[in-house]
Amino acid sequence: MQTVEPQLTTQSQAVRTAGLRLPSNWTTLGWLVAVLVILPIAAVVWLAFNPSENIWPHLISSVLPVYVESTLLLLLGVGTLSLFIGVSTAWVVTLCNFPGRKVFEWALLLPFAIPAYVIAYIYTDLLEYAGPVQSGLRELFGWSTARDYSFPEIRSLGGAVLMLSLVLYPYVYLLARSSFLEQSINIRDASRTLGCSAWQSFFRISLPIARPAIAVGLALVAMETLNDFGTVDFFAVKSLSAGIYDAWLNMSNLGAAAQIATLMMLFVVLFIWLERTSRAKAKQFSGADRFKRLERYNLTGGKAVAATLLCSAPVLFGFLLPLGELGSMTLNHLDQFSDSRFLQQASNSFLLSSAAAIFTAILALLLAYSQRLNPNLAGLRFAAKLAHLGYALPGAVLAIGVIIPFAAFDNTLDSWMRDTFDISTGLLLSGTPFAILFAYSVRFLAVSSGSIESSLAKVTPSMDMASRSLGANSFDTLKRVHLPLIRTGLLTALLVVFVDSMKELPATLILRPFNFDTLATAVYQFASDEKIEAAAPGSLLIVLVGIIPVILLSRTITATRDAS
Amino acid sequence: MPVVSTKPLSTVFAIGALAALTAIPQASLADEVNIYSYRQEFLLRPLLDAFKEKTDIDVNIIYASKGLIERIENEGRNTPADILLTSDIGPLQDAKERNLLAKIDSAEINANVPAQYRDDDGTWIGLTARSRIIYTSKERVAEGELSSYEDLADSKWAGRICTRSGKHSYNLSLIGSMIEHKGEAQAEAWLEAVKANLARKPQGNDRAQVKAVKEGQCDVALGNSYYFGAMLTNDKEPEQKEWANSVNLLFPNQADRGAHMNISGAAITANAPNPESAKTLLEFLTSEEAQRIYAEVNYEFPVREGVARSALINDYMGQFKADVVSLTRVAAHRSAAAKMVDRVGFDN
Repeated sequence: MQTVEPQLTTQSQAVRTAGLRLPSNWTTLGWLVAVLVILPIAAVVWLAFNPSENIWPHLISSVLPVYVESTLLLLLGVGTLSLFIGVSTAWVVTLCNFPGRKVFEWALLLPFAIPAYVIAYIYTDLLEYAGPVQSGLRELFGWSTARDYSFPEIRSLGGAVLMLSLVLYPYVYLLARSSFLEQSINIRDASRTLGCSAWQSFFRISLPIARPAIAVGLALVAMETLNDFGTVDFFAVKSLSAGIYDAWLNMSNLGAAAQIATLMMLFVVLFIWLERTSRAKAKQFSGADRFKRLERYNLTGGKAVAATLLCSAPVLFGFLLPLGELGSMTLNHLDQFSDSRFLQQASNSFLLSSAAAIFTAILALLLAYSQRLNPNLAGLRFAAKLAHLGYALPGAVLAIGVIIPFAAFDNTLDSWMRDTFDISTGLLLSGTPFAILFAYSVRFLAVSSGSIESSLAKVTPSMDMASRSLGANSFDTLKRVHLPLIRTGLLTALLVVFVDSMKELPATLILRPFNFDTLATAVYQFASDEKIEAAAPGSLLIVLVGIIPVILLSRTITATRDAS
Repeated sequence: MPVVSTKPLSTVFAIGALAALTAIPQASLADEVNIYSYRQEFLLRPLLDAFKEKTDIDVNIIYASKGLIERIENEGRNTPADILLTSDIGPLQDAKERNLLAKIDSAEINANVPAQYRDDDGTWIGLTARSRIIYTSKERVAEGELSSYEDLADSKWAGRICTRSGKHSYNLSLIGSMIEHKGEAQAEAWLEAVKANLARKPQGNDRAQVKAVKEGQCDVALGNSYYFGAMLTNDKEPEQKEWANSVNLLFPNQADRGAHMNISGAAITANAPNPESAKTLLEFLTSEEAQRIYAEVNYEFPVREGVARSALINDYMGQFKADVVSLTRVAAHRSAAAKMVDRVGFDN
């Protein structure tokens, strides 16, 4: 049975009682994870208290209005577009039958494997004045210069909105689809029986039930939009992250940069708080009937065509077209593949990303489960929310946040060892792959948690009660009851963090050890010089490695519902 | 319940995780020197290979576009970095002000690098020099129509100038030199007038501006000198040769102070674990052999006098008068220049 109801007193009581047996262990563990992840974020906030001069009078009197306006427009544009593409396609592929549905189920995730900066380069190449599209038009209509016609400028705010939406909508799609899949079929059938049309049933039943998941997806899109610098910089859009880098690098005022970054995090907190408040205390749990076979609407004729078009557009523009461009550029640079370093870079990327996916999922699970067992610890709940903010920070700023506590730890230990034993331990953590792995986890914890928490929240507390009353302890319950039930959410978390880590660039650049490249850093060497073609083989490999888990996991997610 | 095994996937992830954690590269014990670099590795590779060949000293490198100074600062006395390499004067001066640099104590280096391209206190040296020049359209700009940076403020260039972001370090350095020569008020009036003449919102890199001249979007463009060589010889993307062939090179202010110069440079860190090897590397990078490689591979000007310039540089850039103003003073105006760019809304 699935119920939509206010928080049950029986639930909190039950969980509280269940948690009473071993509260201290899980609580300690939860706090430990939260503090660990908050450290780099706290380091950035700490920097904000030490600016070399007060930058605000200058900012307010000159560019701050521009920064704020572009940032808000970006957020609004990317948010709206991602929401529309993500939710509509998720609903159509989950609940309707139409030609190509099975392929679209996983294909709609593919644009996710393409880094935003890469898609920005590719579309600029295609759509700028000298690109094939405008050249073709000029030839066709006999125009000779830019003054003869008008063509939308790709390097603009609108262009940035399109590019970011094309690669970010999969967050919304993924979470909305998992939610639609997990929804009870009975409740929809009931609404239809009571006279709702398919559309009414969607807007009044499916969408509200999926809302928490969609909100998580949207929050991820918003944070990724806020922290993006590569795309907006390339498109000459002056967003807040441009302001951060300007204060840091051009005005040598890292403190002021940290202040802007802190302000950005406050915005995110506000946004998340607003969403949660408006949702009040509605909670849903799903029972075993989610495994009942899904009856899909059969679409025919015009409706089928419309559904197919709706789903093909994002796949075509977000994946196939950029992939084709990358492929054809790669043909000029095939020699790069024979470079032995290339293989090393690919393996570094793959190993680091796998490790990050697992490590982040473990952190997210510990945080989520410790809160489930102790739902009344407001402090822990707050700390867990703070721990998600790493995703709103621009990567390079987060990297500085990681360097500060790591180096402090290394140097303190080293001093102590030198004083006590006359041995120097040097830098143990700084400059190791572990520093990168940790940065990935801090950055992508919000992504992993979003998925794991919302899955866990759907497991009805009566499961905990049953398991505990049958004698299983909290760890057994997690292992034998929850893990199997939240498998879909867990896999989603692994998949998304893996692909995100494959693409991560700014933090990797700053934190890496000597002579250590991932595919993304190798690509950046060329891309930073706008040698887009030379960057193509590496980019292509990032995409290809990224789509393998995308397809595999998408199939697994589908299978949780279809195999019955 | 559906039976979907997730075992194979989890296994792959787990193996990956273990392998990543145990694959931490071990620092070698042989003679080595460690570089934190703001210049791309592929630009340095030919030089570092020649160095290894000659001295058998291993060179380790980390390239990043930002954050390396902060890394050196936080790593403190345990930093592995021996050398900081930059593509601009700004970060060198920044690192010096934070007391992160050691004095480079080498008569050989001092003899190799003219005083104009060295820090007065001996903490950093220039390795290569480049000029920020004006590219003019062969078709639409006649010879003698403009001759200085100041001329760009003339209203006859309205809607005809292209440049990259005013916030890019190359432009900040140029604006810094205007502040140094003309004072802040005049420099700001100049920048405002140039902004009014721009053909489009500042965007792209230096090459993209020359490309825009080729395509007729603008008639004059600001750009670093070496990009010309890089475009003219680009066999992989031959369209860049056409861009280069569509412009003339103008070295500004030849009648007075000379064309604005900037450097790519290097410094030895205060806590360098291998200071001797670091010095050896800098001595090599300022040697005739290395300076010639720089000039040939990347079309920059050698800082060392008497080094043969590449044929291409000789053909197109001949001899020109360079501004010899102190780079330290230019770099000191950097923050003021950045704020000026904000005030006149140069990038908006």
